[in-house]
Amino acid sequence: MATLSVALTGNPNTGKSTIFNELTGARQKIGNWPGVTVDKKVGYTRYKDRAISIVDLPGTYSVNARSPEEQIVIDYLMNNKIDLVMDVVDSSNIERNLFLTVQLLEKGIPLLIDLNMQDEAERRGVHIDVHKLEDAIGMPVVTTVGRSKKSTQKLLDVFTSTVMSKYQPSQIVKDHIAKVEAIEAGVGTEEEKREAIIEARYALIDQIMAQAVDLSNVGASKSEKIDHYLANGFLALPIFLLILYAVFQITFTWIGQPIADWLADLITVDFYDWAGEALTAAGVEDWMVSLVTDGIIAGVGAVLSFVPLIFVLFFCLSFLDGTGYMARIAFLMDPIMRACGLTGKGVMPLMMGFGCGVPAVMGARALDSEKDRMTSILVTPFLTCGAKLPIMALFAAMFFPDNAANVVFAMYIIGVVMAIVAAKLLGGTIFKGKGSTFLLELPPYRIPDMKTVLLETWDKGKGYLVKAGTIIFAASVFIWFLSSYNFDGPTEEMSESFLATLGGWMSSLFYLQGFATWEAGAAIISGILAKETVVSTIGILYGAGDVDTDEIEDTAETMMQTGMFTAFTSLSAFTFMVFSQLYTPCVTALGTIKKEAGGWKWMFFSAGYQFAIAWVVALLVYQIGSLLGFA
Amino acid sequence: MTLRDAKVGDVVKIKEIGDSALKERLMTMGMIPGTKVKVLRSAPWGDPIAVRIRSYNLSMRKADAKSVEVEPAVG
Repeated sequence: MATLSVALTGNPNTGKSTIFNELTGARQKIGNWPGVTVDKKVGYTRYKDRAISIVDLPGTYSVNARSPEEQIVIDYLMNNKIDLVMDVVDSSNIERNLFLTVQLLEKGIPLLIDLNMQDEAERRGVHIDVHKLEDAIGMPVVTTVGRSKKSTQKLLDVFTSTVMSKYQPSQIVKDHIAKVEAIEAGVGTEEEKREAIIEARYALIDQIMAQAVDLSNVGASKSEKIDHYLANGFLALPIFLLILYAVFQITFTWIGQPIADWLADLITVDFYDWAGEALTAAGVEDWMVSLVTDGIIAGVGAVLSFVPLIFVLFFCLSFLDGTGYMARIAFLMDPIMRACGLTGKGVMPLMMGFGCGVPAVMGARALDSEKDRMTSILVTPFLTCGAKLPIMALFAAMFFPDNAANVVFAMYIIGVVMAIVAAKLLGGTIFKGKGSTFLLELPPYRIPDMKTVLLETWDKGKGYLVKAGTIIFAASVFIWFLSSYNFDGPTEEMSESFLATLGGWMSSLFYLQGFATWEAGAAIISGILAKETVVSTIGILYGAGDVDTDEIEDTAETMMQTGMFTAFTSLSAFTFMVFSQLYTPCVTALGTIKKEAGGWKWMFFSAGYQFAIAWVVALLVYQIGSLLGFA
Repeated sequence: MTLRDAKVGDVVKIKEIGDSALKERLMTMGMIPGTKVKVLRSAPWGDPIAVRIRSYNLSMRKADAKSVEVEPAVG
């Protein structure tokens, strides 16, 4: 028998993805819908010898084709031959969920209606009579309780036994469709017609509700009581900060960092030594050994060691999203974000920017206005990501030993302030007049489904792994080549390499900033490939050997014995830190920006404007600092 | 009065939605003339607000609530 094709559609927060994950498990492929950055999820399963393919369409409130997601849903449903379309409805929120149902019925798409989270609805006092609902709509209805073996079994049974062509819309639905056609053919502006149709849909929903749903026993929900503390005025802010603090602690202290340190040791020490010895023993030529160890293993290893941080951070954020708290964060932070020219929904992507700009830029997908999305993408790289931190820590320990923590903190603040200034500037120029919006459902609190959280974490973190294997791999080889060769061939002295020559050219841009040395120039170039390499490049160039970022204070002491201490003054070191904080994002982030913002134009814009802003701010810092008598 | 003027705890009935960039989205989310809305709470600094409508909770900015014309209603 041919493969049975099933498509899942429904509103956000209905548990649709959980059902999809339960049905297909790990047998799913996540790709992109053509031309847009919306995930396309397809999964496969087998039931009673029947192969079933399931598409999880993006969750939408309607199919007015206003957003890429809505466009995808309607295009997919209209243009493909699908055996069965299941509309997943959150039972406790059936009224608004039926809007999408009605709209799809208008398009002549037969639907299997899944009343999901039936148990939760009953507890809240929402009683739905399944048979009356079937009669009222004319389409088959099935009930599920989200994540349960029994529900999954039941759905597979229904999928393989239901023949959708047997069903016909009910009389009231047919009457409604006739009414919509009459409105469309009638007089009035397009806008008036669309609004009249929306009103007609809710009139039909009121009719269906009256026939099949009893709301007379609905009391105050648990979520409401929780929100009294978690989403109520100023009281909610300290709780939010506490949760945020916990996420950062889990990522950077308790779980993520220890794994990252262990992995870094394993790759850049143990594996590095082993590979070097093994290759030498096998009689491989020296330059090749150097390429593999110093180039590839050191470079890719530096990035791979960030992977645990990224995965742990994503896990925490997916978990919070699953509980429904994410929507509350957006609600609480909207006043502050709006003052910065952004939207509350952008808080979480920005927070991720303190970990790594790549997921932060990807996270901006969730924002629904073009202006909010683009602004968020373009300002995120100003923040102090995990890879910039070692630069700040090293310079602060060397040049400001008495105030190291304060100086590092100042760099964080400078990053945040520049992100705000840039958001304001972009809002007043390129994206002028385009509105920032905030209209957000506050879904009920729920215990997240771990399978869904884990799959989401993997899905988001995977992209970073792929980049480590491609862009960073290539960049590492490139940097290795630049630092080990010149026009005469291989060179032992890095000061005679291509990197030194390029660094010299680059440094000529920084006379007015006080750090016009080829070493600084070379570090800046390598920082465009990956910020992690700024510190290691400087370390190698000034002959301090390998820089261990875990032992910043010891490293700082070693470095003080080198030429670096005399090459920088306190002021030029501070200026260099400011420049490093603000200039061009690393290639991995730039690649992500190209993909998310939709084109090379935005990638070059991002690279250029951040370099320009960093150059100007560094200039001001150095010149004003000099005038004030700092040195 | 408009939804912007409604106090926390108030239950109001929508009379009309005035011109607003969000008008169609507000209507799609269930804000139709005749629909009852309960104001639940607000974020710090009083904006945005959270409302209960058609048995779910929705949050919106006061600037958008201003375009929703309402009248007092019971329960």
